[in-house]
Parts: sequence; structure tokens; C-alpha cells
Amino acid sequence: MSELSAWIVPAFAAMVAALCLLRRAPAFDAFTEGAREGLRSCVSLLPTLIGLVMAVSMLRASGALELACAALTPLARAFGLPPESLPLALMKPVSGSASTALLSQLFTQLSPDSFAGRVASVLAGSTETALYCIAVYFGAVGKRERTCALPAALAGHLAACLSAGWAVRLFLGA
Amino acid sequence: MLNYVWIMLILVSVLCAIWMGKLEELSEAVFSGAQQAVELVLAMAGAMAAWTGLLKAGEAAGLTKALSRLLRPLIRRLFPDCVPGGKAEQAICMNMTANLFGIGNAATPMGIAAMRALDEEGGGRGVSRSMVRFVVVNTASLQLFPATLGALRAAGGSANPFDILPAVWLVSALSLAVALLACFALEGRHV
Repeated sequence: MSELSAWIVPAFAAMVAALCLLRRAPAFDAFTEGAREGLRSCVSLLPTLIGLVMAVSMLRASGALELACAALTPLARAFGLPPESLPLALMKPVSGSASTALLSQLFTQLSPDSFAGRVASVLAGSTETALYCIAVYFGAVGKRERTCALPAALAGHLAACLSAGWAVRLFLGA
Repeated sequence: MLNYVWIMLILVSVLCAIWMGKLEELSEAVFSGAQQAVELVLAMAGAMAAWTGLLKAGEAAGLTKALSRLLRPLIRRLFPDCVPGGKAEQAICMNMTANLFGIGNAATPMGIAAMRALDEEGGGRGVSRSMVRFVVVNTASLQLFPATLGALRAAGGSANPFDILPAVWLVSALSLAVALLACFALEGRHV
């Protein structure tokens, strides 16, 4: 798989270049125009990201995660979610880098092939950082959103948390 | 909505930090967090510009238009506010392709381009149904081969790092379905 994924980006770049040549499209002009737009979006994203990353880093430093995990452990057990994967389940919608750190930390304590290790892996692979995504996308068009995006995303995340333990048992046994 | 989430994040953090006696770490986190955000943007600015540049060149060559024709039936149904053959349709298609193949640094720039194009095609009137649905689809994981996860599992000593893939696909599909259904159920009331 890694060999195949190494081909995707170069193939795409080559295809764009070849097609531009074939159709006599101004490739470099178009590229610089697109790059300018991309940089502009980056700058307009800064305030959104500063506000969000600041709040998330406060949450991480405050010890709130430990408190929430302690409170939710019985509930997680009831739904077949190993308590070891709770920090990841709670952190994933909020911060991608924090969840990657939590996952590799979990792998140093438990084997990735243990039940808890597998459930945590499935959770990490089947969910995204919803809060970041919502903030960035709505921030990019400068909309003050009063929408159902966050509740819908969290419903999806909850569905992933509740079904991860079951799915691991289904495909890999307990 | 995000306003309240932000207020809650701050209040919960301060209360927990007082409870756990971690106020010193918290004050440090305020500024290190802001610093991290700037570093994050700087770190992704190059890749972002490279991808939006390539996307633009691909658009000029007609490549993205050809690709988006393949996904058009799905896009038409899910995002009814797209102008047929327009910029939003192409950007959405590129964003989904990037998500499927796990090219994370491409998915975000193309997603942002899609949001901008949807906004333009809607005449800048406000948040359309399609914009909300598009964001919701992006909050679910569409990635077929989670490469980072495989690398992490291999580093942790897994015998078969990718044996979890069927479970990942099933849970991803379930989670996406629930998120979209919740979105359909709620969208009548808000937007």
C-alpha cells in the first residue's frame, strides 16, 4: 500500500502538467493564482485557529481529561468500550495531535494487538477532529454559523464510540 | 454554536485546573496554545499553497472537471445547491478523493476552496444546506488506508498493523451514516 500511495501525488502532478501542455493551458499562471488563494485562506484562518488551539491546549493542561475519564469509566464498560481507550474517544473530536499522542502512549502500555489497543486503533481510524474541521471550514467563509453541523458530527462520533468495541469483536474476536 | 463551545472550553478548563491544582500549567497553556496555532499555519502554508496551486492548474487543464463527472450523481444528490459543472462541484470532488486516499494536506485546502465556491454560488447569502452537509461529511473519516494509524501500530509492535481495516471501514460507514441522518433530521429546524 505504501508503494501505491507514493505514486498518487506524483501521478497527479504529472497528469496536471501533461494535460496543461496538451491543451495549451497557462499552467504556471494558474498555479501561482491558486497558490495566492491558498495563502490568503491560510492568513484568514489564523484568528480561528489561534482561538481554538488556545482553548484546547488549556483544556489539555487543566486535567479535565482525567476527571472526565474517571467519571465515564462505568458508562464505557456498559457499552463494551475498554476504559483505556476513553481518553482517545474524548479527545479525538477536539484535537488530532493530542489523540495521536494518546494512541502512541497507549501502545507503549498495551499491545496494539490487544483488545483495548484494537478498539483504540479503530476509533482513531474511523473518526476525525470534528471541532477543528467545523471551525476551519466555516471560518474560511467567514460565516457565523447557527447550524446543526456540530450536533450532527458529535452524533456520528458517538456512533463510532459505541460501535467500535462491537466491530472489533465481530471481525477479530475478543 | 462555536461561541458557546469556546466559552465552555475555557470555563471547564479553569474550573478543572482549580480543582486539580494545575493553574500554573494552565496559564502557560494559554500562550503556548496560541503560539502552536501560528506554527501550525506556518507549517501548513506551503503544502496548502502547493495544493491550491495544483488544483487551479488542474482546473485550467480540465482535469478536475473530468474527475468530478464521475462523482456527479452522488454530489448532485447530497449537495443540491451546487451549480452543475461549477467550481464547487469540482472542489468537493477533489476534497473527497483526497479524503479517500488519505492525503490530509490536500483535503483541507480543497475543502476550503469548496466552501468558498459554495458561498459564491449561493450569492453569499448565508450558510446553505449543502455547506452544512459538506462540513458534516468532512467531520467523518472517509480514509480507506489510514497510513498514520498503520505506522503507529507498526511502531507499537503490531503483528499485522492493518488487520483492523474491516472494522475501521464498518465503524466509519456507521458513523458517517449517523452524522448525515442527524444532519438531515436537524436541518429543517436550523438552516
